[in-house]
Amino acid sequence: MTAILKAANLHKSYRMGQARLDVLKGLDLTVARGEFVAIVGASGSGKSTLLHILGGLDKPDTGHVEFNGRRVDRFGPGQLNRFRNRKVGFVFQFYHLLDELNVLDNVLLPAMAAVGTLGWLARRPSARKRAAELLEQVGLAERIGHKPYQLSGGERQRVAIARALMNDPELLLADEPTGNLDSKTGNGILEILENLNRRGQTIVMVTHDDRMAAKANRTIRLADGRIV
Amino acid sequence: MYKLKLATRYFLRRPISILAVAAVALSVFIVVVVMTVMNGLVNEFRHKNHAFVGDCIISTDSLVGFPYYEEFVAELKQLEAVEAVSATIRSFGLLTQPGATWNMGIEIMGVDPVDHAGATGFEDTLYYHRNTPQTAFVPPYHPAALGCIVGIDMMPQSRTPTGDYYHPEEPRQFELIISCFPLTIKGATGDELGMVNTKNFFYSDDSHSGLVKVDGNMIYIPFEYAQLMCGMKDPVPRASALHVRFVNTEALEQNCAAVRTLWNNFVEQKKDAPYANLLNNVRVETWIVNRRSHIAPMEKEQTMLILLFLMLGLITVFVIFVVFYMIVSHKSKDIGILRSIGVSSMGVVQVFVCFAALVGIVGAAIGGAAACGLLVYVNDLEDWLFAKYNWQLWDRSVYAIGDIPNNIEPHVVGLIILSAVAASILGALPPSVQATRKRPVEILQVNQL
Repeated sequence: MTAILKAANLHKSYRMGQARLDVLKGLDLTVARGEFVAIVGASGSGKSTLLHILGGLDKPDTGHVEFNGRRVDRFGPGQLNRFRNRKVGFVFQFYHLLDELNVLDNVLLPAMAAVGTLGWLARRPSARKRAAELLEQVGLAERIGHKPYQLSGGERQRVAIARALMNDPELLLADEPTGNLDSKTGNGILEILENLNRRGQTIVMVTHDDRMAAKANRTIRLADGRIV
Repeated sequence: MYKLKLATRYFLRRPISILAVAAVALSVFIVVVVMTVMNGLVNEFRHKNHAFVGDCIISTDSLVGFPYYEEFVAELKQLEAVEAVSATIRSFGLLTQPGATWNMGIEIMGVDPVDHAGATGFEDTLYYHRNTPQTAFVPPYHPAALGCIVGIDMMPQSRTPTGDYYHPEEPRQFELIISCFPLTIKGATGDELGMVNTKNFFYSDDSHSGLVKVDGNMIYIPFEYAQLMCGMKDPVPRASALHVRFVNTEALEQNCAAVRTLWNNFVEQKKDAPYANLLNNVRVETWIVNRRSHIAPMEKEQTMLILLFLMLGLITVFVIFVVFYMIVSHKSKDIGILRSIGVSSMGVVQVFVCFAALVGIVGAAIGGAAACGLLVYVNDLEDWLFAKYNWQLWDRSVYAIGDIPNNIEPHVVGLIILSAVAASILGALPPSVQATRKRPVEILQVNQL
């Protein structure tokens, strides 16, 4: 299978007061198209930092990430925004839905951000159709008019997944998607991710739960900023 | 599209936006009301001065006047731009009544009422002769007698507390004695020459120009009597001023320059005539220049008020800045989310700019509408307050200004509303730009939520 994502010699450190905290220490990683990769490790091992760098939300100190053979660090601001909008979908542990928007509008948000006002008027019908389909896939067809605070944690995470998939991204990055949910609800979310992967969706998931990681095609273990 | 949608939702769902709207509305309300009243006062004052002087005035400060005015009036009337000319005498005098022990210093203006009504707004200042200036100096109760027109504020008990002037159906019947101080053509006192300097007049009307000094101190008498009593009849007839009305007031400066040229040529022609030296003291001015010393202080007050209200505008910008700083601080998570789905920094700023614009538009609309509402009914409201609580903005029996000016100028209101919207956007920009400078990952980190 062809590699969709390659990370080479990633280093990342943070300054905490006078001390320097090295989070990633020369990490190499390749993800093939259609793969479901789980990154596991203890708290503070650099899992989330790695995921943010892979998705273009953060930059490494040294090293680089290639997406479909193109170096992400060479993207200009506009290209980076388009990359985050169209190529990558993020699912966060705390869902990160916009409280002011209802379920449907939250899901539509990436599609709205992709085009201008006039473009949106042309795209709106097809985007609404896709959003409705995605919400049906995650079992929330009846709740499109609800606000995030009217949903349970599991439901919110399913909305977040639908939003991440709205622009049909090649890569889905999930940061502890079940970390804030009970076991049963977490399993439901994992099931959705497995189904997506079966249909060809490339997924990189960060988790500290080995049981969840076991559902992925491949597990990468991080410790002390390196793959072990 | 998401920008407008999010901005609208933020606007409708954030209680703090009510505070921002209230701040904008209050500022717009105050500025519209004060600017309208102040502009109204200044415009009214300018209009009254214009009506008093006419478009252009050829005048001298000398109390002996200038000669050959009749010849110059004839030349002036040949100019296409000139519609009407009125020669006047201005001097000082003493006023008393038969049998009275009191007297008072007054200003005298000698006019031909028809000419003066043609060249200035004189006719509109009259009460009983508003449409019949030709009989302005004919007292209806004593048609054979010589009449005079009295400045309205010189009339005893003429004004009600609400500012209205009381006029009986027929002019009150009373006689006035006016004494002048005639001067020879060289400026010496004229008593020794046996000049007439005292004459009895009967009240025929009053004049309400709206100018405090004029209404409170001036008496109009027929031109020829003023000329005689001020010693300006002999050895050569003289006038103090020529008031000119132009056909087209838009080209005021241009027309006035034409009159000035004509006057300069006239002076040149008359340079060898007797008493030609008196022509050298004459100025040709537009009404604006002539009344500058009266209008300028009020315009300065207006400028000062505008500056003060610009400062109020700055306070509004600061209030909006504080409100938006708080809003943006509370919305940092949303900014992180928007950045994570590929919204640019500019896109995020635009969301908050739209939000600020909504605050500005709604606040300015509320403030503007409330101000216009108040202005439309401000005089009724004041009348009601006076009737109910005996309260009014200023004592109408003392001050010349009648109604509170409330002529709403749409372009002024529009400009204030636009400025308020711009101020709102300006206040929201710094916190929005500052928020987008943060890396999305910084905002979305769990420990920062």
